[in-house]
Amino acid sequence: MRQRSVQERILFDRLFKGLVITLSFVIILPMFFILYFIIRNGIGVVNWSFLVSLPKPMGEAGGGISNALVGTVILILIASVISIPFGILTGIYLSEYKKGRFPYLSRLSLEILQGIPSIVIGIIAYVWIVVPMGSFSALSGGIALAIMMLPVIVMATEETLKLIPDSLKEASLALGVPYPRTILKVVLPAGLSGIVTGIILGIARIAGETAPLLFTAFGSPFMSTNIFKPVSSLPLLVFNYATSPYPEWHALAWGACFVLIVFVLFLNLIAKVVISRWKVQF
Amino acid sequence: MKRFVVVLFTLIAASGLASASFGEQQEIIGAGATFPFPLYSKMFDIYSREYGVKVNYQAIGSGGGIRQLINKTVDFGASDVVMGEADMKAAGAPIIHVPVCAGAVVVTYNLPGSSDVRLTPDVIADIYLGKIVKWSDPRIASANQGMAIPDLPLTVIHRSDGSGTTFIFSDYLSKVSKGWQEKVGRGTALNWPTGLGAKGNPGVAGLVKQTPGSVGYVELIYALQNKMAYSSVRNRSGMFVKPSIASTIAAMNTGLSSDMRVTLTDTEAAEGYPLSGFTWVLAYREQAYQGHTEAKARELVRLIRWMTHEGQKYAEPMQYAPLARDAVAKAEALVRSVTYNGKGLL
Amino acid sequence: MERERRLDVDGHGEKELIGRVAPAGPDMIQGLARRAFVGTSANGEYKSRLWLTESTFRKILYLSGISAIVLLFAILISLSVSSMPAIKQIGLAFLVRSVWDPVTGEFGSLPFLVGTLLTSLIALLIAVVFSLAVSIFLGEYYRRGPTSSFIKGIVELLAGIPSVIYGFWGLAFFVPAVRFVEMRIHVAPYGVGILTASLILSIMIIPYAASLGREVISLVPADLKEAALSLGATRFEVIKKVVLPYARSGILAGVLLSLGRALGETMAVTMVIGNSNMLPKSIFAPANTMASIIANEFTEATGKVYLASLVEIALVLFVVTAIINIVGKVIIIKMAVER
Repeated sequence: MRQRSVQERILFDRLFKGLVITLSFVIILPMFFILYFIIRNGIGVVNWSFLVSLPKPMGEAGGGISNALVGTVILILIASVISIPFGILTGIYLSEYKKGRFPYLSRLSLEILQGIPSIVIGIIAYVWIVVPMGSFSALSGGIALAIMMLPVIVMATEETLKLIPDSLKEASLALGVPYPRTILKVVLPAGLSGIVTGIILGIARIAGETAPLLFTAFGSPFMSTNIFKPVSSLPLLVFNYATSPYPEWHALAWGACFVLIVFVLFLNLIAKVVISRWKVQF
Repeated sequence: MKRFVVVLFTLIAASGLASASFGEQQEIIGAGATFPFPLYSKMFDIYSREYGVKVNYQAIGSGGGIRQLINKTVDFGASDVVMGEADMKAAGAPIIHVPVCAGAVVVTYNLPGSSDVRLTPDVIADIYLGKIVKWSDPRIASANQGMAIPDLPLTVIHRSDGSGTTFIFSDYLSKVSKGWQEKVGRGTALNWPTGLGAKGNPGVAGLVKQTPGSVGYVELIYALQNKMAYSSVRNRSGMFVKPSIASTIAAMNTGLSSDMRVTLTDTEAAEGYPLSGFTWVLAYREQAYQGHTEAKARELVRLIRWMTHEGQKYAEPMQYAPLARDAVAKAEALVRSVTYNGKGLL
Repeated sequence: MERERRLDVDGHGEKELIGRVAPAGPDMIQGLARRAFVGTSANGEYKSRLWLTESTFRKILYLSGISAIVLLFAILISLSVSSMPAIKQIGLAFLVRSVWDPVTGEFGSLPFLVGTLLTSLIALLIAVVFSLAVSIFLGEYYRRGPTSSFIKGIVELLAGIPSVIYGFWGLAFFVPAVRFVEMRIHVAPYGVGILTASLILSIMIIPYAASLGREVISLVPADLKEAALSLGATRFEVIKKVVLPYARSGILAGVLLSLGRALGETMAVTMVIGNSNMLPKSIFAPANTMASIIANEFTEATGKVYLASLVEIALVLFVVTAIINIVGKVIIIKMAVER
């Protein structure tokens, strides 16, 4: 093998570093384009009436996304109510029982659940809830989203609780505090910031989901607060309007994209603030 | 924190149950064809304003409407294709087909600078069979003497979802082209030999609009709303007929059976547009089934009746052909035959 | 004696500073006692309001813990049961037949397997280059500081954008662009197709491999690198011969994670892939993936076998992504053990 001169090796070194830096900065381009498109097309559309009016029939100008906003909120609420208690309890279980076959299997199951394509979860929710219930509903959509949110919350809870030193728990137990109370009133509050962060990130994840809602929440042109009826949601609206040929509907879709992205970015920002300001206190 | 969660949960559950039990604000859920969606969209908007009853209609394609009706997840279905044997059996109970209007399936295309292209049945079939691949093909030119057609590759666009519009289109092609009948046949979702798929009538219109040299089939109103060109088609009598309300009504004047399950394609009418079709509202004849209250059934029947009577005046402005008097009478009879536990509802 | 605590909050594999630990002191114990007990009995002693016994609580925890396992199996069983009609009628030929014809009742899923494979692999090929670059950038060259936070932020943003938005943007930007290129090179100007879908998919999966890769690269022991440097190696040579081989399995696990995500991606792909049920003949051709065919045809599949076939596709998707996740996990565990 030919010996490379020192200069050559230094050259390669510089080139490589340049390549790495260039490639890393190239990924800013799609980000920039996406944000540019959304802001340019969406910001003109978003105004107060846009946020509070219902969509108009096909091809007519005007209208808004109020039902989609409310629908998204309802779905998030349902998903949270189901997955947060379950998730926290499972997280506690996993942090308390570190070894053993069932905890291991549980962790493995959660990893797999997190990787399941969202459309498969939509099918499951359809088979389990829509068919027996006889109609599409916000409830079925919320349950599908809850299944997707569960692993996020469990992992956040488990990680946070693992960090809290055992001495806290043991001190509490030594004082005679019953075990359930120790966990719920002493250990859990100590790790609250991490858990809250997990919840916020879970919500950010499901807020933009469409596939599981295609055959569960179904969508609706009306405002609905009944959880047993179909409901619209921001991502569903974007999907339906984006694939239509009407420029008026495209404009609505861009506006909805704008709102959705602002929401998701806002949640991520809050999560970061929570992590940095609200430290885990023991 | 726990108390907050419990209270929140109770509130949500209570609101859900409350609104579920308190007379439901009467919302009727329907799903199905995109073919009549512009018209239904307008109709339901007006109906909700006049009668306070909300109709939630999702245009997921005729196939979807039939499926959801069989599963009883919707109150009514809408379809441009008559339910087949297998589907009727799967439903388990008789389903009435109430015609609402007729529309025209037009062959729309994207050819900058050309409008009024004329197409013959065999040319359309061969385009969709993938045998004709360029606009400069001599067979297209021979039907369009003297017109300058750009030499673009032909991009075929069809439906990706289960569609009654597809049924009308393929039913016609099966009647006029043996090659099509053998290779593809008629149905709502086909094994297309070529082309791109788009979701719903709007999807096809959107894709054709964006793709130079493309051709697609959509309901007339979609081509008009999007200012797209559409072709005249030669009918059985040898005339090149342009799709319109008049030519659709002409196609409708054939013998109509009392259950109204008829197709209008390849019509014998001399001035009829050969790619016309009815669109129906589907509902169970016996409305007393799981989850379906008598109040809901009554509202549904009233809605359907309104659609075939007062609602008809909205059809023409939207380029759909309203029902002829004979058809209205037959529709009325069908609506009156709907029962709840054997009792008539109107 | 304070210690730092770090937690991986966003699931991307890196641990952030979240707190400091101080040892328990007398004040804390008093606070504990006050929070834990409420109420006094008649003679002034603290009395606990026990509404939950320990064994009940532990049982609840246990049930909750195995609920994840139960859920997973329930999903598997549901999918299998619902796809039985198709499995019974078509059998294994389902995976190799290429005709998807609802009219005649013939269902072969090969076109979708091919579509999924092509889009995912092409996307992965493109994404890996960038993911690796970003991992090295953040793990080696710029570990801290404003540049680091900036690029890290961009990567997180990319991961956080919902799929429909990628799809809509793809329709608005990528499709006309690809159509323009196709017209130049005289191919049918669809604009949509496998290439477009792969391009968008590649952008979406970059963050997953990048985060995991970054973590393993930054964890390469400094003494290994310094030893190489002291022997006269350039930075590039250190990366090539020390860092990358050491971080090999972590990077592989990240790539697998990206692959799993690409396989199951639905919305963005459905919007730009052209929706054709035929075997694609070139990368400019339209196609369908397993996820997109389900999204397109599920709500209207009339007929038992039709519906069961779609569920069977979902089952295949489920099994494949599960296997990829398990393999990735095994690699990560083995990596931790080796260290």
